[in-house]
Order: sequence, then structure tokens, then C-alpha cells
Amino acid sequence: MSGSAIEVRNLSKTFGGGRSLFGTERHAVKAVDQVSLVLQRGETLAVVGESGSGKSTLARMLVGLEEPTFGDMQIAGRDAAALRRDGPRAFGKMVQYVFQDPVASLNPRKMIRQALEAPLKLMNGYDAGKRQARMAELLDAVQMPKDTLDRYPHEFSGGQAQRIAIARALAAEAEILILDEPVSALDVSVQAQVLLLLRDLKRQFGLSYLFISHDLAVVEAISDRVAVMHKGRLVEEAPTDQLFRAPRDPYTRQLLDSAPKLRKA
Amino acid sequence: MSDALATPSLPAAGSGRVSSWRLLFNNRLATIGLCMLSALVLMTLLAPILPLPDPDATAPADRLQPLFSAGHILGTDQLGRDILSRLIWGSRVSMIVGFSATLVAAAIGSTIGIVSGYAGGRTDNLMMRGIDMLMAFPYILLALAIVAVLGPGLMNALYAIAVVNIPFFARNVRGVTLGLSHREFVDAARLSGKGHLSIVLTEILPNVLPVIVITMSTTAGWMILETAGLSFLGLGAQPPQADLGSMLGEGRAQLFTAPHVSVVPGVMIFLIVISLNVLGDGIRDVLDPRLRSGALLRPGPVTAVDPERSRPKNGKPSAILTVEGLEIGFTRNGRYSAAVKGVSLHLHPGECLGLIGESGSGKSVTALSIMGLVSSPPGIIRNGAIYLHGEDVLSMPQTQLISARGSRVAYIFQDPLTTLHPMHSIGRQVAEAIAAHQTLSRQALRERSIALLDRVGIPDAEKRANHFPHQLSGGQRQRVGIAMALANDPDVIIADEPTTALDVTVQAQILALLRELQRERGMALLFITHDFGVVTEICDRVAVMRDGHIVETGKTQAVLGDPQHEYTKRLIACVPEIGTGKSFLDRVAPIFAADAEERP
Amino acid sequence: MPSYILKRLLSMIPVLFGLSVIVFLVMAMIPGDPAIAILGAYATPENVARINSDLGLDKPLVQQYFIWIGNVLQGDFGRSFALNRPVLDEVLERFRATLVLAGVALVLCSVIGLVAGVVSAVRQFGWVDKVITFVVLAGISVPSFWLGLILILLFAVKWRLLPASGMYAVYGGGDLKDLLLHLILPAFTLAVVAAGVIARLTRAAMLEVLRQDFIRTARAKGLPERSVIYRHAFRAALVSVIPVIGIQAGFVLGGAVYIETVFQWPGVGAMLVKAISTRDILLVQGGVLVVAGSYVFFNLIADVVQTMLDPRIRT
Repeated sequence: MSGSAIEVRNLSKTFGGGRSLFGTERHAVKAVDQVSLVLQRGETLAVVGESGSGKSTLARMLVGLEEPTFGDMQIAGRDAAALRRDGPRAFGKMVQYVFQDPVASLNPRKMIRQALEAPLKLMNGYDAGKRQARMAELLDAVQMPKDTLDRYPHEFSGGQAQRIAIARALAAEAEILILDEPVSALDVSVQAQVLLLLRDLKRQFGLSYLFISHDLAVVEAISDRVAVMHKGRLVEEAPTDQLFRAPRDPYTRQLLDSAPKLRKA
Repeated sequence: MSDALATPSLPAAGSGRVSSWRLLFNNRLATIGLCMLSALVLMTLLAPILPLPDPDATAPADRLQPLFSAGHILGTDQLGRDILSRLIWGSRVSMIVGFSATLVAAAIGSTIGIVSGYAGGRTDNLMMRGIDMLMAFPYILLALAIVAVLGPGLMNALYAIAVVNIPFFARNVRGVTLGLSHREFVDAARLSGKGHLSIVLTEILPNVLPVIVITMSTTAGWMILETAGLSFLGLGAQPPQADLGSMLGEGRAQLFTAPHVSVVPGVMIFLIVISLNVLGDGIRDVLDPRLRSGALLRPGPVTAVDPERSRPKNGKPSAILTVEGLEIGFTRNGRYSAAVKGVSLHLHPGECLGLIGESGSGKSVTALSIMGLVSSPPGIIRNGAIYLHGEDVLSMPQTQLISARGSRVAYIFQDPLTTLHPMHSIGRQVAEAIAAHQTLSRQALRERSIALLDRVGIPDAEKRANHFPHQLSGGQRQRVGIAMALANDPDVIIADEPTTALDVTVQAQILALLRELQRERGMALLFITHDFGVVTEICDRVAVMRDGHIVETGKTQAVLGDPQHEYTKRLIACVPEIGTGKSFLDRVAPIFAADAEERP
Repeated sequence: MPSYILKRLLSMIPVLFGLSVIVFLVMAMIPGDPAIAILGAYATPENVARINSDLGLDKPLVQQYFIWIGNVLQGDFGRSFALNRPVLDEVLERFRATLVLAGVALVLCSVIGLVAGVVSAVRQFGWVDKVITFVVLAGISVPSFWLGLILILLFAVKWRLLPASGMYAVYGGGDLKDLLLHLILPAFTLAVVAAGVIARLTRAAMLEVLRQDFIRTARAKGLPERSVIYRHAFRAALVSVIPVIGIQAGFVLGGAVYIETVFQWPGVGAMLVKAISTRDILLVQGGVLVVAGSYVFFNLIADVVQTMLDPRIRT
């Protein structure tokens, strides 16, 4: 297999547009505008931007929840359009997604067991015994107690729910994880723990991360490379330390200047 | 605080949940409804074995016997038939038809709703236009048209009533399904490899079911009423078959001579329908999560204060605002839980104090309670005192407290989209803040509010004043919030997470504006936040809150540079900083490793 | 705003079209031969054939529809065989009476419903709220045709305060005062259920709005409670109540069927019931079409009012 986990070229997504019944042109929004980037295997690439920058739309396209208006997408060397034709299972075996709001990403009326079993059964076709064993391993990996399985989502705090959501993403045994603001709904101490967990899991399972965030400090702590998005476009992409040391694009500089600093220089 | 790690054993599963049945029985009215309905259903079920005369046996000699006559407790009708017997058999027919119509309407309507809401796009459009067509007919008129086609008869009335009620189910269910199908957990299920059918049946349906049950329980009474109505008009049950409606209709001719013949079946319909409605309300209250959490309690104008609260003395008479030993909690389902457990703080004129803490630490409740803005019910101030210029706010008469709001202490809230009135122009909202405390001419009011909008950096304020909140960007909306707070030159401004909903670049601008205004007007600022970076930017002093207590307080640089309390140390260590890079995770790793070792 | 109204008016066209198709199809599906219905059981085959071709019943359904709708648009709804007069004349005459009754009832239920709902929400759990809640519950559970009978028994028969039936006194009368006297009982009866529904919804909407963040903002400004409730909360609650009033207009128009029958009010409802039992199909068709069409118009008005109240929909 080639070295890149995800490779996109000129990826674009336009919402709305077209013509209405009366022939007037509908307002079209270019959520993602000709973005090209590469996520190497085993790498963490961060995509940074403010609200409306198109970073979440990009993430949703990468897991097949949103179809690109045009552009190429290769996932683990395979064409995404072909993957999509093979159905959600084919896609989910390659890439998984972790949502910003962990509690909302779990069905309030189903126990955690049901949430974890679905990918094990549908993606991997494991039998009941194998599923049970895998669920125990997964909970162990995200450091949650065994009795988690027979509980409902509302019984967990945000941090715990995010661990469960990560376990579910791992259950599909995909090697690429799209993390959409996975820690921004969490308190700082919980945020640090989840970041730590993500780092450890990546080493343990040999994962590649595409990490979406608006928080530059978080991004600096976890990523190898950073791509900055602004109004649907990619304005700058560089290795993390280079981008933070010497940002080239004026927008990146503005972002860096705006971030509140803990200790004033 | 350390989340999963510090709480290795979770509370026993299910302990926190109150069973729905128990909740239903807690509702006295619903219990009465359930008992009444059960009794009525039982009575009609037992009709064949009860010692009743034949409901259709006529006896012209005995016609129109009054109530309580021998052998006929409820008298007889125009053909001498026993009314009690007819009533019970008629109720049986009415209920069977009503409930069947409910089931048919629920099954068809819900299916349409789920398919339409989940599929979206063209399918949705087509199906909903069809439903709109049905809704375009006045309710009973469509039923009449259907009966006109099918011909009068009980079954036809059933079909007509069911069809007419399909839109209610379809619309309600579609609305909920539409909301659900865009929720994260549906996306997550898709990514778990589930197909559409499986998602609809296992993810969506369980969440829609309560809505279907609620709609059924609230429309069943309606349907019984309408079937009776059609029979009353002579379009439903045909003689000799009788339901309550046709009994009423036939008895109408004797209204003046023997009113009981038509009054009695009417009372029966009323009893069935009201017991269904009362029960339906109870079911709705139990199943609707918003009602269940008591979200529909009317909040009073000021927070309730326990009359027996302790009132500590003002420890800092020089301060403009002092909070002493404040204790606040919430009463839910009769249980009290404390949110703020004895907080004391003070604010000097012209000073900015940061109140920082994680979610659930009680910082917002503390801030809101200062001017009595915590919603009561369920909130209550149990203990403590709040001194504004040395005067206890909690002892003020209600009108005095209300007039101090905005004029002496003003607030800026978190999400400027929900905190501005969506239907009033921003100019009007600022003007209203001024007019609440000053009497000015319309012209002067408008000029002042435009000047304020201009001051907080709204470009082209004169024109913008006529705009509505939804037409502004998040940053601009927060500027409007600030303008309203400034309207009466208050001594203290309390800002509750004013930049949390904003992007960093906008946050920087708003913080700069606040700093500038505070310096210019010499106001004291109480700044609530969860972000240490923001505290550094704006606050002179900082108080760290955890679990309803203030654990540490001091000059911002001192607390941040050299925290004394364990919690503060840990919290600050967990804040990622630009320039630290990957060493951040190596720095926090030992903290949590130590936690893990403490675990049994 | 005018462009919005124009747009809404245009969007009425497909609804009215759909409505006419449904009415047409429903009537076309009626089993039995309309010619027999018109001519009676002893009709000769020649006469049946003549009537069928007169009515265009020998043509395909689509063509029949267009002939029918063409006639309707020219004001020709056919003739009522039972009354032997043009359907449109009869329907319009009757519809005026229905409009008077339903219009008054709609105003009555809106006013009562809104006031009761707001008072009940503001005094939540107080005795006023409890009384209102109970009355409302009884109101939405009572069969209106039965309530009408009870009211006649009490006010007309027992106390002899109000007339029992009709729109005008049979001898003398005919002035406005006479009309109003005759209106009181039926309009009130017709308004009861709708008032209950509106009151419940208003109460719920008010309670919901009073929990919103912008109400807290209004309080933080130092506004007195009265203006918080009426200027801020009520305004916002009204936006969700207006469409319900629009729907209630339909219930009132439909409910008129019962009330007109009970009070012998000379309206479309009573006419329809009679026409259905005599199988006077053209009259049913015409009546349903006119009432449904006017209801669509009612809803349009509710829509426009809601849009005027809420700037978020306006733009």
C-alpha cells in the first residue's frame, strides 16, 4: 500500500444553489472550496479554522457522510467514489469519525453495549463470543470500567461519553480516524486526559488522525502538521513547529495573535 | 474532577431513573383519569354478562319512562328501550370505533411521518404536500365528504375519522424524525455499518415512539367525540345498531318532553372523553423529557430567598459589591441539591475580578444570584448576603431590586443569539434598557441608543438600529449586549462567559472593547469564564471555583504563576499553551498516572 | 412584505388545485349511478343515457375534471336536484350565515383562549390557574352538539332568555339586535372547544417562552414584571399560537356542521348534512369546495399575520 492514508485534490462542496420554482437563482454557499491535502500514514494532521471555515464539512466528506460537489478523494489508496458505491460498510472499514458532542453521538435510548456491538457485528462480522471479548478490550483501551456496557448514555459525563465514542470508532478497526473537535466540549482537565488517551491509542493501534479544531494550543500539543482553513479555502499548511514559529499567511498570524495567552510575555 | 479515572465505580445502573409508571401515578389527575377509564372499559367489556335487559327490545307501553323508574334506573327512550342497557352497549360501540380509528390513524400517519422525515428531499416534499392537502380541508368537512362517498354507516365513519386524523400523526412524527435524522447518533450508526431500514427501526423508532404514544393519547378522546358527532348527524351508526352519538341524535326529538333521553348519553361521552384527556395529559407529562425535567415551570421575577437564611455581616465595607457565605441550590421533585455552598467574594470599584471554574462549579449560578436572576422555581438562596454599596440585595423589596437591575448592576450573557429578543429590533432593545430607568423623549431615546451602538463599535449604527438580532453576526450581537449593559452607566457589570460562543479573533476584539470601556467608565467588572487565557487578558484578580466553593483567590499573575491550591495547580497544568508543543502531553501524563495508581 | 403576500397567494394555487381534484375524485367515486339518483328508480334507459351525456359522465375522468373545473371557474356548480336551484346560489346564501356564526365564534375563542392561557401561565399553580385548567379540560372534552342541547334546555326552555333556534325571529325581527340574540348560544357553543385548545396552547407557549434566555435579559435590564410578560414573553408566544388559531378556524368551520344542525342555523353545515342524506351530490360538492377554499384563505391570513410578527421568517 502507498504511504498516504488520505489524499484529496481540489475537493469542493457547495450547499444550496440551483434554481427555485420561479427561476430565481438560489443562494449558494461554498462550504469547501478546492481543498487539496494529504494525510500520511501514522501521522496527525490538524485542520484549524473558525466557525464557517468549512472544516467540519471537509471532515464529513472524508467519512462519506457528505458527498463532494467535485474533486478527488483517495482513502488508503482507494478511490472514495468507488468506496461509496460499495456502501457505508466499505467506507466505515477504512475511516471512522469521532463527533464533537459525545453525548449527542450516542442514542439516548440504547445501552452502550448496543452501540459498541453494531460495528463489531456489521463491519467485522464477529460472533457473540468474539464480540464480548472485543468489547472488553476496547473498554480497557479507553480506560472505562466493565459495567459501562449495561448503562445508558445519560449516565455518563462528557469525558466518559467521549471515551465510549472513541471506543466505538475503534471497534470498526479502521486505521484512519477523523476527529471533529473531539475535546472542545470538554473541561480542560478532561480535555487533557482525552488528548493523552488519543496519543496513546495512536501508538497502540498504529492509527492516522485527521484532527479538526479551532483551538491552536490543543492543535500544537497533538499534531505533526497543521492546515489552516478560512472561508472554505486552505490558506496555509506546514509542519506544526514551523507554522507556530513562523506563520506565513496573514490570517494564520491573526489567529495566533488572537489566542489568549496564559502568561503574558 | 478527573472524570473517568477518579470515579472508577459508577452508581448502580437505573438507580437515578424514576419509573414512568410511578411518575404517572404521582399525577393525581392522571390517576383519576386512568381509574375512570379502566372502570368504563371494564363495564363495557362485561356488557354481555351483566344482568341487562336487551338493549333493542322495544316496549311501546313503557316509553319515555323518567329517571329512577322501577326496573329502568335511567328510564326508557321513545321506543321503550332500557336506557342503561343501551348506554353500556352504546359505549362499547363508541369506544371500539374510537380506539380502532386511533390505531389506524397512528399506524398510517406515523409511517408516513417517519418515511417522510427520514428520506427528506423530494419524497418528503411530495408526502407533505399530500398531507397539506388533507389539512386544507376543515376537520369535519373532510370526514363528511368521505362519508358522503362511502355512504352512512359505522365502519365508514371509522374510516373517515381515521383519515382525517392521519395528518396529525404524520406531521408530529415527521417533525421529530427530521430532527433526529440529523442528529450525530444517526450519523454514528451509519458509520457503524447500519443500513437505512436498520437505522429507522433501531435508532429512530425508539426515539419517536413516545411522540406517537403522546399523539395517540391526546387524540383518542377527540376521535371518540367525532365518531359520536357523525352518528349524531345520522351519518354513523345506523339503526338498530346504536352508539352514544346516535342515541343522542335520536333522543333529540324528545328534548323538550323527555330531556334525559339525550342528556344521559351526552354525559357518558363527556365522561369517556374527559378521562381519556386527563390520562393523555398525564402520559404526555411523563413522556415529554422537557415536561419531565420540570422545564415548564414559570420562573418568578426574582430568585426565591429562604426567609430563615443566615445573614453574615459585610466583611469588606469598602467594596462596591460583597458576597458573603452565599449558598444556593435547586429543588427538583422535592429533593434539594446545593449548587453553591458558601461563596464569599468582593469587588472594588473599577476592578475586574475573574470567577473561573469548570462546568458545574457553580460560577454562573453565583453570578446570576447577585441580582436575583436565578430561576425560581427551582432555584432558592438558602444562606448568605449580597451587599451592594453596603445594602443587602436579598433584603430589598422586589421593586427596589428590579430597579437596581440594569441601573446599578448590569449583565452581559453568554450566547448573544438567544439572549436578545428575536422579534425586537436591536435599537428598540437598547432604547428599552435606557427607558427602564430614565424618562426621555422618543427622539432622545433613539439618539442615545444609536450613540451607544456606535460606541460599542456597531458600524453604521443609525441604520443598523432597525435590524433584528438574526441579521447580525455573533460578535456584533455581543456588542449589542454590551451596549444594553452600558445604557445606564452601572457601577458593576457582570459578564457571564461573554466570549465563549465566539471565534478567537472576535473574542479578542470583544475583550479589547470591554477592557477599554471598563477603563473609560471606571466600572467594576465581574467576569465569569472557564478559560484561563481570557482571565489573563482582562482580570486584575481571580477566584477559582470548584464544586460550589472558592478554592483559591488572589492577583491574577500570582494565582496563575504560582498557584497554591492543589486543584488550581492541576487545572493550570492541564491548560495547553501555545509554544509548549508536544511536551504538553508529557507534562500532564504524570498527573493522571498518579490518579490511576490511587485507584483500588 | 407585499411581495411575500403575492408569493403566498401564488402558492395557494396548487393547494386549491389539489383541493378541487380531491373533491372531484371523491364525488366521482360515489357508487351508484348519479342519473338514477336524479331520475329516481323508475328512469328509462334513454333518459339515463341522456342525463349521463348531459353531465359528461360518458367521457374519460380527466376530461370530466377539466369540464367540471372549467364550469366551476365560471361560477357554474351545477343544479341541486333536490332544491331545483343552482348550487352556487344556494351555497353562497348559506355560506353567509355560516360566516357570521363561525366568524363570531372564531373571534370569541381567540380572545377567550388567549386571555385564559396567559392568565393561567402567569398564575401557574395558583387557584386561578387550577380553575382555568379544569374549565378548559371540560371544554375540550364536551361534545359540542350535546352542549348546544343543554344550553337550549336551560336558556330557551327553562329560563326563556334566548331564542332556541334559527338566525332571525320568525315574526318580526331581522335587525342586528335580533341577529345577535340568536347568535349568542350557537356562537358560544361553537367557540368552547376551540377556546380550550387555544388556551392550553397559549399557556404552554407562555411557560416555554418565560424560560428563554431573552426573558432573563429583559429582567436583567430592570424591566418591571408586567412588561417582561406582555411586551417580551407574550409577543414571542403569540408567534407559535397564531398558526394554531389558523387551524382552529378549520375546526370552527367544521364544527359549525353540528351547531347549525342543533340550532337550525341556516348555514352550509346544516345544508351539507341534509344534502348527504338525500344524496344531492352536486350540492355536497359545491358546499365542500366553497368552505374548504375559504379555509385555505383563512390559513393564508394566519400565515401573513405570523410573518408580520416574526422578523426571522420575514427575511
